[in-house]
Amino acid sequence: MWAVDPRRSASAKFADVWLGIDVGTDIALAHGVAREIIAAGLVNREFVDRATTGFDEFADYVDEWTLERTEEVTGVPAAAIREMAHAYATAPTAQILWTLGITEHHTGVDNVLSLCNLALLTGHVGRWGSGLCPLRGQNNVQGGGDMGALPNKLPGFQDVEDDAARAKFEAAWGTSIPAANGWNLTQMFEAMGRDELKALWVIGENPVDSEADANHARALMERLDVMVVQDVFMTRTAEMADVVLPAALGWAESDGTVTNSERRVQRTRAAVPPPGQARQEIDIVAALAEHMGATDWGRPTAEELWDELRPLSPMHTGMSWARIEEEGGIQWPCPEEEHPGSPFLHGRLWENPVGGRPAPFSCIPWQPPVDELSEEFPLRLTTGRALDSYNTGVQTDKYNSPIRTGEALDMSAADASALGVEAGERVQVSSRRGSIEMTVAIDATLQKGLAFTTFHFPELADVNKLTSDAHDPKAGTAEFKAAAIRVDKLETLVDA
Amino acid sequence: MPDLRFGDAEPTAAEREAVDAVVGDLGPVVVAEGERLVYAGHSRTRERRHLLLPALHAVQRASGWISPGGLDYACRQLEVPPAEAWGVATFYHLFTHEPPEAADTVHVCDDVACRPLGAVGLIDDLRAAGHHAKASPCLGQCERGPAVLVQRTGDADLTVAPGGVDEVAVAISSRDSTPSTPAPQAGSPDLALLARVGVVDPESLDDYRAHGGYTALGAALAMGPDRVIEEVTTAGLSGRGGAAFPTGLKWRGVADQQGRPRHLVCNADESEPGTFKDRVVMESDPFSLVEAMTIAGTAIGAEQGWLYIRGEYPVATARLRNAIDAARAAGLLGDDVAGSGRRFDIDLRSGAGAYICGEETALFNSIEGFRGEPRNKPPFPTTHGLFGEPTAINNVETLVNVLPIVLGGGAAYAATGTERSPGTRLFCLSGRVASPGVYEHEFGITLRGVLEAAGGVVGADEPHAVLLGGAAGFFVRSEQLDLPLTLEDTRAAGVSLGSGVVMVFGEEDDMVDTVRRVAEFFRDESCGQCVPCRVGTIRQEEVLARLRDDASLDDERDLLDDLAAVMRDASICGLGQTAAGAVRSALDLGLLEGSR
Amino acid sequence: MNDVPVAAPRPLVELTIDGQTVRVSEGSTILDACRQEGINTPTLCWAENLTPVNVCRVCVVEVENSRVLVPSCARQAEDGMVVSTDSERVRTSRRMVYELLASSVELDRASAEVKDWMVHYGADPSRMGDKAEIATVAQPPKVQDDLYVRDYERCILCYKCVEACGEDAQHTFAIATAGRGFGAHISTEFDVSLPDSACVYCGNCIGVCPTGALVFKTEHDMREEGTWDEEAQHVSTTVCTFCGVGCNLELHVQDERIVKVTSPADHSVTHGHLCIKGRFGWRHAQPDG
Repeated sequence: MWAVDPRRSASAKFADVWLGIDVGTDIALAHGVAREIIAAGLVNREFVDRATTGFDEFADYVDEWTLERTEEVTGVPAAAIREMAHAYATAPTAQILWTLGITEHHTGVDNVLSLCNLALLTGHVGRWGSGLCPLRGQNNVQGGGDMGALPNKLPGFQDVEDDAARAKFEAAWGTSIPAANGWNLTQMFEAMGRDELKALWVIGENPVDSEADANHARALMERLDVMVVQDVFMTRTAEMADVVLPAALGWAESDGTVTNSERRVQRTRAAVPPPGQARQEIDIVAALAEHMGATDWGRPTAEELWDELRPLSPMHTGMSWARIEEEGGIQWPCPEEEHPGSPFLHGRLWENPVGGRPAPFSCIPWQPPVDELSEEFPLRLTTGRALDSYNTGVQTDKYNSPIRTGEALDMSAADASALGVEAGERVQVSSRRGSIEMTVAIDATLQKGLAFTTFHFPELADVNKLTSDAHDPKAGTAEFKAAAIRVDKLETLVDA
Repeated sequence: MPDLRFGDAEPTAAEREAVDAVVGDLGPVVVAEGERLVYAGHSRTRERRHLLLPALHAVQRASGWISPGGLDYACRQLEVPPAEAWGVATFYHLFTHEPPEAADTVHVCDDVACRPLGAVGLIDDLRAAGHHAKASPCLGQCERGPAVLVQRTGDADLTVAPGGVDEVAVAISSRDSTPSTPAPQAGSPDLALLARVGVVDPESLDDYRAHGGYTALGAALAMGPDRVIEEVTTAGLSGRGGAAFPTGLKWRGVADQQGRPRHLVCNADESEPGTFKDRVVMESDPFSLVEAMTIAGTAIGAEQGWLYIRGEYPVATARLRNAIDAARAAGLLGDDVAGSGRRFDIDLRSGAGAYICGEETALFNSIEGFRGEPRNKPPFPTTHGLFGEPTAINNVETLVNVLPIVLGGGAAYAATGTERSPGTRLFCLSGRVASPGVYEHEFGITLRGVLEAAGGVVGADEPHAVLLGGAAGFFVRSEQLDLPLTLEDTRAAGVSLGSGVVMVFGEEDDMVDTVRRVAEFFRDESCGQCVPCRVGTIRQEEVLARLRDDASLDDERDLLDDLAAVMRDASICGLGQTAAGAVRSALDLGLLEGSR
Repeated sequence: MNDVPVAAPRPLVELTIDGQTVRVSEGSTILDACRQEGINTPTLCWAENLTPVNVCRVCVVEVENSRVLVPSCARQAEDGMVVSTDSERVRTSRRMVYELLASSVELDRASAEVKDWMVHYGADPSRMGDKAEIATVAQPPKVQDDLYVRDYERCILCYKCVEACGEDAQHTFAIATAGRGFGAHISTEFDVSLPDSACVYCGNCIGVCPTGALVFKTEHDMREEGTWDEEAQHVSTTVCTFCGVGCNLELHVQDERIVKVTSPADHSVTHGHLCIKGRFGWRHAQPDG
């Protein structure tokens, strides 16, 4: 097991080798590994020839990423990069798994594509024990996408801009669907800035605390004519809302389905009744629809909605409600009732001739994080989560975790001593966007120049006032992982 | 390895140095090369885990206890979870977990052999003289009790036998153990296994060679592995540890595991109460064991041998270390054994006070750095032994038999002893006999013959009772004196030769207390893993304590029966399975009738 | 789509259990064979999501030509094996295991199954002597945080918690068996408190404990108050909300309140194991926490 992470995280401690990469240099490392695999003659030629396109161009493209150059950009010793490239290429099976350290960058999509290149070079995809897997941070990120909660997709990942797909849904739903893609989250905030978006319905999200560059996000939400928040808690976003719709908890108070990281559709079941005036989310939506003039929705059950989905979404067609119950979950695609579900994807690449379109290599440029380090902001801040807490803490601050350590700014011993600060000291932390007070902790495993914090306690430390709202143009995901900051001793500021 | 959590306690300089010396050339698990590259991981951890027990010894020796700082430092170097290391450290008698009361701990054997020799009073006397004295299970000095082991901080341990307040003081000031005593038969021409004991200089390879040493290794290398195993098979040699498994068959099983790393393990964890024969061989003729291990290892195709010796044998340990080093320096161990092109070397590991580690799979766990808990069998060591790899494990006496077999041929060996019990056997005579000590006799000698050879019973014509085979054996009485001591005859009589213990009791000895001490021994030495043994041994000891304190035997008989049944039938290993044997035999022979 | 590769079917072995011929696939244990035949067999230290340690010895059976009884949970079935599950020796040993345990450990919160088997074998722990006069593991419970209670006078030393904390699930190794013989016990290093140990509060130890030695603090407190009522509880299976793994949660609900969380051992996602958030992060589903 190799771990690539700017920090020697708990997972990295399990690894045989840990590479302490510089934040935001993932593409450089991937290109360096790719070049080494090619230069060492470790490419799976048979797979590449049959199942991919664009290899020659890609090989030329990454040729400049010698081990030396890769070391220069990523900070990781060339010999270790070489060792990892050889280990990956020669392993009988190999997987690349990642979490938000790959995706929360302005180059998030490109980061993923650069990893796909490695799997294509070596054939470590579409086979048992090999592949690429994003580890989802929430229980239904996948399910939200499955159900079409994306601005460019209908349920089952069918394109909004595909006339035939749209026609199918229009026929089933008896309504017309706008023919153009909608806005993603970042685009919505931009539209608020242009006053094109004036009404917002927020369901189960707390953008006041969770958006990068929080000051800016809050200012944009202030411009709305109306904001409706549907949530299980009175979050700081709900406090800003014109109308709050109290909802039942998805996992303990509602019947339905969720889809996990491995595309497994599983049942949630109500165990306890929702409190007070809170209502099932299906009811809330249906009641609103009724007020908007839809008279024939009624109050469907989760199972009825599922049955509505199945004929429209081919990858779900084989999953009957009864099967999901009985089998404890099924992995999509599952096109018919006899189909067992799919433990992995892309097996078609191993068919001869390859089933469907060959997989393309991607020639993508490496770009450093948008929020550049400078003399004024010399430290790189990256954010992450702690084991016992979840996102902005609204669900996890209700139990008393013995391992909770609270929010602190983790710094390397070298940086702390250069600044003359000690563990436990309160300091001022500033980025180009804002400034907050935090408590310093020393993490002996952190490399010089890197700082880390969680963001679970926004009322104690409003970390997202510091983070960068630079975002990926394709996914709209903000660059939470790379902010440039400075740390000042409080007394220095007073003296000045 | 996982995201371990270590403590804040700092090691002392001595602890750090001692642990570093153990970790040695392998180096710690976690290696950082600059700020950006760290090597660690499961395979590096696995390669080093077997250093945990030596590291704990190092901490104990450096500080006189397993201190939080020392344990933590060992854990950091080896990436062992502190809770697991604590579990290992608390498994052994010789590790202490609180700051030492004194620089030296004086362990006094109050077990069945030393008890009648005033051991209990000696503990009081030593305490009165200001020593930190503790009662100990059998220390393997039964021919010269009461036995004492002085465990020292920052210095080598000492054996004092027989021990007394003055003798202990002298030993500590001179830093010398009591010299080894020669076997009573020393110098007799009839000896095969003890021929050099008391004759050869145990610290000199040259003298060993001058007395015929290392001729067997030359012969074995010339024969080749298959022939050696054949001769051992023809000889009919069987294991002397108690189970009497045919040695040739065991070796063949391991040799057949081609293509896998194989191990030879010498079980020198002689801890059966009343047993000291292996100690005598190791102290007085250590090179013979090194040579025998080399023959066995090269025969089965092992490149690594492990000599696991009980921690209570400081003299034997020092002599074996010397012998191994001398053999290695002479090219008789190492990458090219005696110019044969074969690789074989020996790693000596010390136990730390745990009878259970004489059980072969517990011994493997102990070497591997885990608690000395026996494993379930099957699978057997031949295929899944040390580190899960094919392993031949033999005790000291079994191995030294290989020397005469190789030199004289299997057929000649098979002609000695009896047909089904060929060869000679070492007997450990202690208690009420005129000349206690280790004796070598051909199989087939009667118990009476053995007693006569030791000068007979002291103060009586016949013994009141004899503990045959050790605590895991059985009591016998005068009606068994003419029993031929062979595997087949003892088995037919429902007893066992065990480890060769012949411990003699007279009318004056308190048998109820002796039997209770046997039960107490098993209670203390149970590893605690399985219910029948963990709880059964303590319940058995409670019954015997009640009998001593006037309970009626009739009221307790059913419970003793059921305890014996569950321990014998349902325990994981031989400890629990035999924990009721001696007690039951005492009951059956009426030795408990006289309970006061 | 991708077909799931199926391993070649394992060959069958044929053995005799209590006079009946039984065929099971190679690699099955005697216990598997017994269950396949509907022969009820007691277990304590065995769990389907843990490696067998065969330490409790309550599942022992008699195998022809074996000197001693063998643990059915760990011993593989072999061709031609002749097994008795109800011989006099088996009955005696099973009864004695229960008597030995019950004489030294509080079994009042063990499962109903344990109590049924004790009746079945006629176990009478009082034969061992007055509990006040014989060795027991009696001791006060360890309450060191708001999530766990470790009540070691109920510990039968089945090693399940150690396995779940270590190699079989969590790889945290916060606890291990320490000491020896009857003094063997589950402990952190130097018996430091759980919050000072490596414990990450996954609760997987609680999930596998068969005797109520390791419990949620909620359960402990309700038992102390006398309000714990399993008859009045219902269990709903749902999916944890805190990440994308998709662990199944069994929410135990009494009076419309979640009182503890378990996870089904036979579910392929995590085989009954959870993390701190899944096990204890449910308080937000309760108005007063």
